[in-house]
Order: sequence, then C-alpha cells, then structure tokens
Amino acid sequence: MTPYLTVEFFYLLVGVVLALIAGRIALDEAHPKRWGSALFWGLLSVVFVFGKLLPPVVTGYLLLAMVLLAAAGQVVRSNEATSGKPERVLRAETLKNKVFWPVLLIPASAIVGSLFLGGIHFGARELVDPKQATLISIGIGALLALAVGMQVTRARMDVPVAEGSRLLQAVGWAVILPQLLAALGGIFAQAGVGPVVAGLVAQALPTQFPFVAVAAYCLGMALFTVIMGNAFAAFPVITLGIGLPLIVQLHHGNPAIMASIGMLSGYCGTLLTPMAANFNLVPALLLELPDKHAVIKAQIPIALVILAANVLLMYFCVYRF
Amino acid sequence: MIKLIGILVVAAGFALRFNTLLVVLAAGIATGLVAGMSFNDIMALFGKYFVENRYMTLVVVLMVPVIGLLERYGLQERAETLIRRAKAATAGRVVLLYTAVRQISVSLGINLGGHAAAVRPLIAPMAEGAARARYGELSDQTVQDIRAHAAAAENVGNFFGEDIFIAVGAILLMKGFFDALKIEVSLWAMARWGIPTALIAFGVMAWRTRELDRQIAREAGKKPESKGGGT
Repeated sequence: MTPYLTVEFFYLLVGVVLALIAGRIALDEAHPKRWGSALFWGLLSVVFVFGKLLPPVVTGYLLLAMVLLAAAGQVVRSNEATSGKPERVLRAETLKNKVFWPVLLIPASAIVGSLFLGGIHFGARELVDPKQATLISIGIGALLALAVGMQVTRARMDVPVAEGSRLLQAVGWAVILPQLLAALGGIFAQAGVGPVVAGLVAQALPTQFPFVAVAAYCLGMALFTVIMGNAFAAFPVITLGIGLPLIVQLHHGNPAIMASIGMLSGYCGTLLTPMAANFNLVPALLLELPDKHAVIKAQIPIALVILAANVLLMYFCVYRF
Repeated sequence: MIKLIGILVVAAGFALRFNTLLVVLAAGIATGLVAGMSFNDIMALFGKYFVENRYMTLVVVLMVPVIGLLERYGLQERAETLIRRAKAATAGRVVLLYTAVRQISVSLGINLGGHAAAVRPLIAPMAEGAARARYGELSDQTVQDIRAHAAAAENVGNFFGEDIFIAVGAILLMKGFFDALKIEVSLWAMARWGIPTALIAFGVMAWRTRELDRQIAREAGKKPESKGGGT
C-alpha cells in the first residue's frame, strides 16, 4: 500500500514554485530575456508536476528544448532589485535572534524526522516510506521554516516568491545540471562504458603486486567517479573489474575493508569533478562565487591527501585482517 | 574503445567552454548512438533518469523561498553580529567546527545542514564575520576563499561521515552488491572500516582551515587597517 505522504507531494510543490517563478518572469517587462527564460522555468515546472506521468521520451524532448534555450543564451537572471545592506542591518537589529528560529527548524525537523518519521503507521498503511524519510523530513522542515518565517517577519506573501526567484535565477540553468549529469551517467552505464575503463586500468598496470592492485583499485574508483560524477555508479564497475579479481581473489584481501575504503576513495573523486554538479558547481553559484570551479579548487588538496592516505590505509589493512 | 567517445566529448566540450548542458546532452547522444540506440531511445533514457533524479533539485528549490525571505530580513547580518562576540572565532575554526558537526551528525544517520539550508545562510556569513571582526573589510578574493572552504566543509563532512552509519545508501549498496555475488560481508565491518578515513578527512580539514586562517592573516597584514593578531 502506498504511504500517506510520499516525496511526489514535494515534487509537486517544487513544480508550483517553479511555475510561480516562470509567471513572475513572464510578467516582468524589464527582464532581458523574458520569454526564453519564462519558457525554461515553465518547462522545468511541467517535468516536476507531471513527473512519472509523462512518457520518458516526452520528458526527454522537453529536456532537449530546455538545453537548447540555455545554450542559445535565452536563460538569464532578471534585473529585479532587492533590499540593500543598510536595510538588512536595520532589520537584523529589530528581529534580533528571532530571525534564526525558522532556519533552526530545518535541522530540528531533520533530526526528529530521521529518528521517528520512518516508523509511524496507521494500521497497515505507513505515514511515509522509510526510504524517503530523510527527503520528506527536509521538505517538511522547509515548509515549517517558511510558515514560521512569515510569522516572524510579517512579510507580504509575494516576498518569499520574489526572493526565491532571485536566488534561483542566480543559479540559473545550472540548476538542472545535476539531474542531466545523472542521466548521462545512466546512459554511460547502459552503453557499457564501465567495463572498458576497468579493463584498460587492469591491463595497463602490473597488478601482480599487491600494492599495485590496491593503488589501481583506489585510483580507479576516484578516476571513474570523476568521469561519472557519482561514486555509487563507479563502485560496481571498478569492484567487479579490478577489486574482486585482483585484491580479493588473486591476493586474498578482505572484501569489507576493500569496499569501505574503496567507496571513500570514490568520494575523493566526487570532490574533484564538475560532473558532481550538485556538490561542486551549484553551491559555487549559490554562494555567488564568480569562478564556478572555486569549490573544486578548494577541494583539490583535500581530496588528493585523503586519496593518498586511503591507498596506504588499504594496503596496510586489507591483506592483514 | 569507441564507447568512450562520450568522455571525449565531455572533456573537449568543457575545455572549449561550450554551454555545459549542451556538452552533457551531446555526450549522451554520442554514447547512445555508438552503442546502437535510436535518437528516440536516447531521449527516453534522458527523460527517465532525469525524472528519477528529481530529488537532487528538490532541496534547493524548496529552500530558496524561506532562505531568501530571511536574508531580506537580515539573517546573514545577524549571523555575523553573533560571531563577532565569540572572541576565539576565526573563519577557519568556524568552518572546521561545521565539518565536525556535519561528520558526527551524519554518522549518526541525521542529515542536517546542506549548501542551501546551512552554508549560504549561516556558515559562510559566520566565517566571513569572524574574519571581519579581526581584520576589518576583506578583499573579494578572501571572501571567495572563505566561501569556497565553507562549501568544501559541507561536502567533506557529509561524504566522510556517512559511511559509518550502517543504514546509509552507500553501505546498503555495497551489501547488495556482495549479496548478489554470494560473498559474505557484514554491514558492521564495512561501517567500522569507514572510521579511519573519517578521522583522516577531519585532520585534513584541520590543516586546510589553519592554512585558510594564515592566508587571511597574511593578506590582512598588507593592509594598514589591520589589527594584527591571527590565530
């Protein structure tokens, strides 16, 4: 039986927010690319509202239209003004710490939700699917925060829409990049790109040495994650192609240690790649950094040191426990 | 080998600075075509995976209205004011403390934080505020470095804490993978072996955040309004 509350409800809400943004742009005569931008956000809204109801091929062509609009320079931010720094400082002094209440509701809701939400059921029907509990508690947190935020600030109803629209337009077309890259990863997997990469790595190196096998596996996880943007996609491919045949079967290593440290080596790849746009590029835009690779640049030394440490850690532990 | 054409398209497209969305779409189409799919098949695959991964965009879109509203009412400014009262605070220490909070909470299975919900409204302004309290106005470059490190702390804390918690996606994925191959591996063993790397990751962040503080101090030392000091 489907649970009472599913994440589809929140996708619908996202669709409504996107539709409001599209509407604002369409009504904004001063917008530099009024119709192209409104169409982009409108199409994205359609994908969120209808989701799985649309045949995948239709969604695919909608996506194609969005990509072409972005590539043609039709998706740009509006010139809408927001309040200046002096006004914000003044308001901060009136509201004082009350302004934090809504923001703190978000983690509070995440904690309560992760601990309890998954277990609630009425008769045989669950309140939420335990697998979706985290996402749903974040969604509930955002709604609670908005409700309390409206109470605390006594703002007009259109302020959150206007400010949300401004922030989202600052991220711009890059907001769909994470999903598009995930789709590319899926197509790579369907086309069988992984085994080719694993085969190349295994052939190119003298993996009869236990250390080389470990290094090839860890670096292979990082490298393939850089390509795919996702360590979860790299794990089965590289473990099947390099880890199991070489570390476990040839050199009798411990599979739990191999898998655990191998996955974490993949995460080092995630820190390095623009393909993991939701972790690296979208935050740079959200923080209004002029260099959209600034987050990756800050993460390069971090990732390389952790990766090197992982290789040594695995080499010293995987053949001994 | 020809199947790697998509990787080539991505590398060339990023290098030549074509629109990123276009590059990714072209890479998918090229890969699909060499693998023998029709154009409609490829569009259908893009559509299917795009819809399945809607969760990636969910959090950002749901957070921006409330974060934008509160920012208009002085959220970032208030976060700066508060951090100025903490005399021991530096940009690096704020960022490192956030890494620790993120790692510990996520290793207990609680996903608090996030780039939209915590880094932009709270952590980055607090780190910037701590630096301003010591050195006055900061250069654009310094502000950008502080923000980039705050975002890095979110990622590092999140990634290198989560594999310690056994009910997390990564551990269950690995368990499922080994189960399918009939290899006996315990969840607890995999989670336990995530701890050493988690500690290393925290150590690396401690080093990077110290470097950040030193760099801010050096930068500020060149300017006349510096109050000196540092870490």
